Amino acid sequence: MTAREAVAVVASRLSDELVVCTTGYTCRDLQVVRDRPGNFYMIGSMGLAASLGLGLAIHRPQRRVVVLDGDGSVLMGLGNLPMAGAWGPENFLHVVLDNGVYASTGGQPTPGGQVSLEQAARVFGYAAAVKAATREELLARWDELEKKKGPRFLLVKCSPTPGAPSPRVRLSPDKITKRFRQAVKK
Amino acid sequence: MADSLIGSLLEELSREPEGYRPAVREDIAVGLASGAYLAGRWPCVLMQNSGLGYCLNALMSLNLIYRIPLLLVVGHRGYQGKDAPEHLVIGRHGEAILKKIGIPVFSPGARDLPRALGAADSAMRRKRIPAALFIRPGVLGGSAG
Repeated sequence: MTAREAVAVVASRLSDELVVCTTGYTCRDLQVVRDRPGNFYMIGSMGLAASLGLGLAIHRPQRRVVVLDGDGSVLMGLGNLPMAGAWGPENFLHVVLDNGVYASTGGQPTPGGQVSLEQAARVFGYAAAVKAATREELLARWDELEKKKGPRFLLVKCSPTPGAPSPRVRLSPDKITKRFRQAVKK
Repeated sequence: MADSLIGSLLEELSREPEGYRPAVREDIAVGLASGAYLAGRWPCVLMQNSGLGYCLNALMSLNLIYRIPLLLVVGHRGYQGKDAPEHLVIGRHGEAILKKIGIPVFSPGARDLPRALGAADSAMRRKRIPAALFIRPGVLGGSAG
């Protein structure tokens, strides 16, 4: 499963969730496979998608919040994990696409090869933390986690997407904010 | 984030439900507060000026371009060069760095605090960008320590 295929599988399962998407190709792939007002494309600020999603989840407890993150950005923002574990928002699902590289800067390896991120999430207090390596596993784990409450972590092992990258995010950042805030109110 | 100059404010906020949440680092605090704004709140990030460097990327590549306002309340260590060595460089240049990237900065004495707070709040709401309120030693009762 490539990273873009993994994004497509996640997107196919979305209904009214608010999605905060990490920087780089993940944003661009999500825009291509399923653009929607409830997607917040975070084109900069690597490492902070989980912070943003956590702030959102805490203040909108009635909405389901999905953070679509990457292995590189989770490693950059590891400090988010203990906060998610400690505060325990029931509506917080942290999905991490682990392709082992910084794809959008040319595929340099992340230093996370020896790190089991889903174990780290468990240690930091996530209510559930599981791993998927195929499309079928991803669908099954997603459906299991959807039935649970609390901060949940889903590590998705995937490969860097070959070929040309998806086009850049079309909307300007301030329009993303406006559109997303409208989606939050609904 | 923890700081002695704004300690009394942190203490007071901690007594209110949802008044204060401790983050692990200042850029993460900016990210959390930005999420709160997307949820419809008007958030405030409290920190020591030593955390400004960590925040710069978030302020430049998130708040300023996405028009996500925040009130930054910044304890001004190194004020007038009277502090421990680690506070002197950021103490001298912190306000200028924020101004340079387009963030309105207010640095009141104790008597001007209410007026400066009002001005920072209105700049933040009007421009939909972060505004910074620097707290000098003594303004909220705290001292460098």
